[in-house]
Amino acid sequence: MTTLDDRPDVAPEIGRDRRRKEDQRLITGRTRWTDNITLPGMLHLAMVRSPFAHATITAIDTTQAKAATNVVGVFTAADLGESQGVLINAWAITEDQVTPTHLPMAGERVSFAGEIVAVVVARTQAEARDAAELVDVDYEELPAALDLKKAAADEVLAHPELGTNKSAFWQFDSEGAGTGGNVDAAIEKARTDGVVIEREFRQQRLIPAFMEPRSTVVDPTGEQVTMWSATQIPHILRFALAATTGMPESKIRVIAPDVGGGFGGKLQTTPEEWLTFCLANRLGKPVKYTETRSESLVSAHHGRDQWQKLTLAAEKDGTVTGLKVDLLADLGSYVSLVGGGVPVLGAFMFNAIYKFPAYQFNCQTVLTNKTWTDAYRGAGRPEATYGIERMMSELAAEIGMDPIELREKNWIKHEEFPFTTVAGLEYDTGNYEAATKRALEMFGYDELRAEQKQRRDAGDKIQLGIGISTFTEMCGLAPSRVLGSLNYGAGGWESATVRMLATGKVEVVTGASAHGQGHETAFSQIVADRLGVAFEDVEVLHGDTQIASKGLDTYGSRSLVVGGEALVKATDKVVEKAKPVAAHLLEASVDDIEFSGGRFSVKGTDQGLAIGEIAAAVFTAHNLPDGMEPSLDSEATFDPVNFNYPHGTHLCAMEVDTETGAVKMRKYVCVDDIGNVINPLIVSGQVQGGLVQGIAQALWEEAVYDDAGTLVSGSFVDYLLPTSADTMNYEIDHTTTPSITNTLGTKGVGEAGTIASTPAVVGSVVDAIRHLGVNDIQMPCTPERVWKAIQGAGRGGDSTEGAAMPHFDTDQPGTDSTEGAGA
Amino acid sequence: MIPAQFDYLAPTSVEEALSALAEHGDDAKIIAGGQSLLPVLRLRLNAPEMIIDLGRIEALRGVRDDGDAIVIGAMTPHAAVQKDPLVAEHAALISRAVDHLADAQIRHRGTFGGALAHADPAGDLGAPAIALGSQFVIAGPSGTRTVDADEFFVDLFETAIGEDEILTEVRVPKHTGWGAHYEKFVRVAHQWPIVAVAAAVKAEGGTISEARVGLTNMGNTPIRARAVEQALVGQPATEEAVSAAAAHATEGTNPPADLNGDSDYRRHLAGVLTRRAVLAAAGA
Amino acid sequence: MMVDGAKVADDVEPRTLLVQYLREKLGKTGTVVGCDTSNCGACTVHMDGTSVKSCNVLAVQADGGEVTTIEGLANGSELHPVQEAFRDCHGLQCGYCTPGMIMQSVALLEENPKPTEAEIREGLEGNLCRCTGYQNIVRAVKQASGQTEGVTA
Repeated sequence: MTTLDDRPDVAPEIGRDRRRKEDQRLITGRTRWTDNITLPGMLHLAMVRSPFAHATITAIDTTQAKAATNVVGVFTAADLGESQGVLINAWAITEDQVTPTHLPMAGERVSFAGEIVAVVVARTQAEARDAAELVDVDYEELPAALDLKKAAADEVLAHPELGTNKSAFWQFDSEGAGTGGNVDAAIEKARTDGVVIEREFRQQRLIPAFMEPRSTVVDPTGEQVTMWSATQIPHILRFALAATTGMPESKIRVIAPDVGGGFGGKLQTTPEEWLTFCLANRLGKPVKYTETRSESLVSAHHGRDQWQKLTLAAEKDGTVTGLKVDLLADLGSYVSLVGGGVPVLGAFMFNAIYKFPAYQFNCQTVLTNKTWTDAYRGAGRPEATYGIERMMSELAAEIGMDPIELREKNWIKHEEFPFTTVAGLEYDTGNYEAATKRALEMFGYDELRAEQKQRRDAGDKIQLGIGISTFTEMCGLAPSRVLGSLNYGAGGWESATVRMLATGKVEVVTGASAHGQGHETAFSQIVADRLGVAFEDVEVLHGDTQIASKGLDTYGSRSLVVGGEALVKATDKVVEKAKPVAAHLLEASVDDIEFSGGRFSVKGTDQGLAIGEIAAAVFTAHNLPDGMEPSLDSEATFDPVNFNYPHGTHLCAMEVDTETGAVKMRKYVCVDDIGNVINPLIVSGQVQGGLVQGIAQALWEEAVYDDAGTLVSGSFVDYLLPTSADTMNYEIDHTTTPSITNTLGTKGVGEAGTIASTPAVVGSVVDAIRHLGVNDIQMPCTPERVWKAIQGAGRGGDSTEGAAMPHFDTDQPGTDSTEGAGA
Repeated sequence: MIPAQFDYLAPTSVEEALSALAEHGDDAKIIAGGQSLLPVLRLRLNAPEMIIDLGRIEALRGVRDDGDAIVIGAMTPHAAVQKDPLVAEHAALISRAVDHLADAQIRHRGTFGGALAHADPAGDLGAPAIALGSQFVIAGPSGTRTVDADEFFVDLFETAIGEDEILTEVRVPKHTGWGAHYEKFVRVAHQWPIVAVAAAVKAEGGTISEARVGLTNMGNTPIRARAVEQALVGQPATEEAVSAAAAHATEGTNPPADLNGDSDYRRHLAGVLTRRAVLAAAGA
Repeated sequence: MMVDGAKVADDVEPRTLLVQYLREKLGKTGTVVGCDTSNCGACTVHMDGTSVKSCNVLAVQADGGEVTTIEGLANGSELHPVQEAFRDCHGLQCGYCTPGMIMQSVALLEENPKPTEAEIREGLEGNLCRCTGYQNIVRAVKQASGQTEGVTA
């Protein structure tokens, strides 16, 4: 039972590029995706969805569908009544937020194309789909609120009974908060004797597009009703089911089995889950629903979708003096689980790494007749980073300063940490100089600038541009008090349990819920080091509310920095519990017991016992100290006191073919400071993957609606995910300043690449053709848009369609943002 | 995800297939490789009652030399066409286009004739096939007929193949020794072409003696750019001369507008890509 | 037909897709469905010696043929070199695209045993991955081809 461990290092696992424990199953197809689950007598659902963005349902005829072969039932909202429950918004960003009631299935009126109006239950999936085609729904079309700016003006109402599309207005003002000065005064001053940069940027609507379509199986044939779901949030899901259906929480078990990616897209409580739960309970049989990709793209929540008006004030030498942000954020047709909280997360990040003395953030959330939006990788922070990093480069261009130099002039110096920002956050650690220095070296910045000049001078058809992003983010969601002050409906703690098994193995239970991140491996490494057991002897359990009874799941780059810290605390408790046992067995005083490398020993002697031996002794409980509870198992719940703040410098070199507008990435370098690294291999994967999602926003992806409110990019034929042939190797390195907000010194990494890369990429495209008169390209930077910007620049045209530029006083509602890439 | 119900027949000869087609008429749909048809059925955009699968008719597979032409069996998979030495030698333009067609899995399963009969204006084979003046051999109840390149494509997803007929093979006149290039413009690799240009050039001593140019996705059908071809004859394979000829690429086109670009942008692309394709084909 | 070395026979509706047959009739749930337009490649298997997207083949079309899925790739407990390389190079995260990605990589290496990086990237263009950014997948294929060496930690 003794764990043999003669490795000299006391922390041999942390920092090691361990191959993942998860992979053996995944590379051999021994997987348990929700859709793989089959139960006796299982029934299948097919949804009937509205083809209209906004319409009154005048009649639903289910007669033919009910009569179809092997159909068990066809249900409408009227049939299910209150039993279908209701979907919640957990974060009303203001007390007077306007929030439409969100039923899983619409009864009288549909408010986006794709909303469910009827559900068919049949013995096979194919028969359910066949019968769904037979459901006859009569609609009376209503005018739809589609364009964000027009919706904000309440021209057409997404929900007529609410009287407005404006859901909530949220403001942060540094003067009011006492964290800085008056931003309007700073802007006015800059208009007189400084520089004012005004830009309006479009954050296009994106679709998370996780690879595994969502699926839910509900089995009501036990004392507890079990739901398997492709979700990031089994715990929150259980809570919300209990809260809205009246079933006691203790009667519901939610399992997130293998989950094929999420990126925020599975941070949701969904109509499909609610209907599957309701119908399984009603019919007393296991029920499954698996969406098609087409359904997923139209009905799983979307992300981003903002207009950003930014006003930056600076002195003539480039010292920034104020930043004002005015956001319009499209919620879609309902206020989803996190809803307006997503843009509000950006409120703390627009000021980024720069020392703005005055700052104001205004956000108006708006309801429209489109798919509802919520978190997508980065959630609020990519939008903020995009805005500020583009603005800093615009300021540099305006005053003719190198954009790196301008940033350096304004950023927080490494000796100034901890630093309280104008948004009221305390950045614990960071070193922007070091990361930038390393990135510039790797990139060959000076050489590329020289080539850029050469190509410009020669009038080359291929122009070269350099984009820069010196980003930071807040991650590790979240200190519960901060969430409370923002009116979020839950806390931000995380839970962990360590169970010492009699055989010397260790079971770790985490409340985090992995879906590709590699928690089983990284958490095993942490536990192996903390307890001095073998990596292989640690088993990580998660994603089942009956096993991991407490948890707040996985999102917001929180699992390691919050969940990992809970784990550290739980292992510390195990060691503390084991010490008296060791002292007792070794006939020594507890004060003389030392723990190192998995071994309890008596100071100054060679006497000792391995932790596995203690675990076995506690299991038999034959010889324990008097009154001791025979268990080493320990639980800890950690509530962070602060966020942590990864940062980094990303540099992108882009070739732009001025003849066609096509862009080709030449080089991408990023140097991220994510604190201490548990597993560099996993980190490299998170960074490479995160980068591609951010680059994809810059270049390829956009959810486009037509004038009728139909999602045009409703399949992978039109919603363009990049392939291996469209991407390249991104050069990655790290500098390290350990975070001081957690024991391990780690910072989040899951979202960093996505947050940082988008402005670097768009910035590089703009930089390549700035000399032709272009200062913006609306994302995604399609060849057509780039080419038209070049053509339009010659005629003095603007490039972000619908944007009020360059001066906001001429503000008019923009052209229809739904025209999209083809407009 | 699951198609509507249909019946299925897998004849082993063209005759059997024709009689099945005659029997089921309008209700039947032919499946070749199925790489375009099956997504349509799965999305339930179409629901034929009968599917007639040509996959078991061995006679429709393979490439053969037939004097002044090579003959490509309609059921020859793209991957086989791509690797075929006869095609490479005598119709390199087709090899180049197949290189860019869809992805490896689809090239394994999809067929040369199936893709042409599907007549998607964004399909990669139409432009090279008509540029090389291919002839389409069509079998029907009253025997076999041959349709010239210019008459084969009729409209969006519509060809000269009658409802009771089957495309059996395509005769491609030999263009031995011609330079060839397929210039495809996409945003991401797995996309249908926004615009593509197929160019084959016979060049002697730096002068273009003959040229064949076809355009993909510049109208409801693949388009042969005859004005460009004529303008190229006798010209040197230089950027300047080819540019002037390529300016004719938009003649007779009617390009679509979609998320990837409006018609004007496509017209602009057609000119640029034609120049690039011709220069590459000429080895310049 | 033969599936992963075993002879199987079932009556199916003509509309049954090969991937449905594999998953629902044979319980070969290692092969998954990621889209409905044949873009994503998650369902890639080998049929009669080449890679195909099993959502884009009818089960009846595979009648009499030979099909290999991700579950039939390893030789008992001995992983196929491509599987091994995917693990070694961290070529997967959530693992959903992985069966298709591995099956296509195997087919790619059979056709081109020593591909360049560009050939690997083009050879995998029919398989979408949302997690990895592809770089580690490309590395894995290169390593499996014997052109680079891996070290298992």
